[in-house]
Amino acid sequence: MKYLREEIFPTKFCSGCGCGTVLNCYAHAIDELGLNPENIVSVTGIGCSSWIPSPYLKCDTLHTTHGRPLAFATGVKIMKPDMDVVVIAGDGDIAGIGGNHLIHSARRNLDISVFLVNNYIYGMTGGQVSPTTPMGHPTTTTPYKNIEHPMKIAELVAAAGASYVARWTTYNVFPLMESMQNAFKKKGFSFIEILSPCPVAHGRKIGMREGQDYLNMFKEKAIKIEKVKNLSEKELEDRIVIGKFVDRERTEFTESLRKLNQERIGK
Amino acid sequence: MIEIDEELCKGCGICTDFCPMKVLETSDKINKKGYYPPKAVKEDECLGCRLCELLCPEFAIFIINE
Ligand SMILES: Cc1ncc(C[n+]2csc(CCOP(=O)(O)OP(=O)(O)O)c2C)c(N)n1
Ligand code: SF4
Ligand code: SF4
Repeated sequence: MKYLREEIFPTKFCSGCGCGTVLNCYAHAIDELGLNPENIVSVTGIGCSSWIPSPYLKCDTLHTTHGRPLAFATGVKIMKPDMDVVVIAGDGDIAGIGGNHLIHSARRNLDISVFLVNNYIYGMTGGQVSPTTPMGHPTTTTPYKNIEHPMKIAELVAAAGASYVARWTTYNVFPLMESMQNAFKKKGFSFIEILSPCPVAHGRKIGMREGQDYLNMFKEKAIKIEKVKNLSEKELEDRIVIGKFVDRERTEFTESLRKLNQERIGK
Repeated sequence: MIEIDEELCKGCGICTDFCPMKVLETSDKINKKGYYPPKAVKEDECLGCRLCELLCPEFAIFIINE
């Protein structure tokens, strides 16, 4: 609790929402690494998930515009290279409206950590379809059903060039917390897609009105990445692949930028 | 030791449902916000695994392992 602004609890999230569990794992990860929260800048967008770090965590938070946290985080990291920059926002924010920033930040391999909270929906605005809504799910903007294929974000970020990529659910709290620690430690773009319950804006249309309904679904559908090699795309269609996708060394952007500045203008 | 801050609880029931030893149960006492927080009914069977501590969205449970 020493990392939290205790006076504001309980959180403003709906009962059963996964955002609080993500915050819990984030605070535990900071605690176990022994980091000084004053050295962390959490950058968020707009949405329920964008309220995970602030006002709850005692670190600096930059609330930015919808879809643009990665652009702001790029500026912060370039000017404050010694600070840990962590972006936390939703699927609508980072993968929807801000999708291009995501791809290109990963391609540049900027040294930040991104925790994308994928709750399958635009939660804060009442449950509109998002790029990650599963096919067949009704939402307020697809009242019959969603006829689009959902986006595989972790796979996309891995292909774009990030140094570290993982996917976990809010049921896998211990691996998630450990993965957050690895993201902090990793030099380069670290990305964790976190599947998280939204029983209110997403679940109510598909009969999943409790946080537990999601955790049970995660438990049932999750399959470790080590076990999927021999499975076809069809067999994996309804499964959630969890685990570490990528962990590699690759030239990092701000370091290259500083080196170039040194060579060209001597500072 | 299981420390529960009853006033932080929003009654989602995740801790009571997912505790592997069914140590926690919903209590019949209501908190100020109108939710029923959990109570430890079989504390001696607690594994100290901290699953409830990490799953809780409200930081209402802490496990102190001696
Ligand atoms: C430029 C812009 N477009 C639209 C909005 C309206 N808006 C606010 S939150 C939100 C959706 C957030 O969804 P997501 O990022 O998935 O976060 P969640 O609430 O599900 O956690 C939208 C569309 C906005 N604030 N700014
Ligand atoms: S609308 Fe969904 S994402 Fe937003 S606080 Fe409620 S449960 Fe969480
Ligand atoms: S620490 Fe584990 S066994 Fe003990 S109450 Fe919590 S979930 Fe149950």
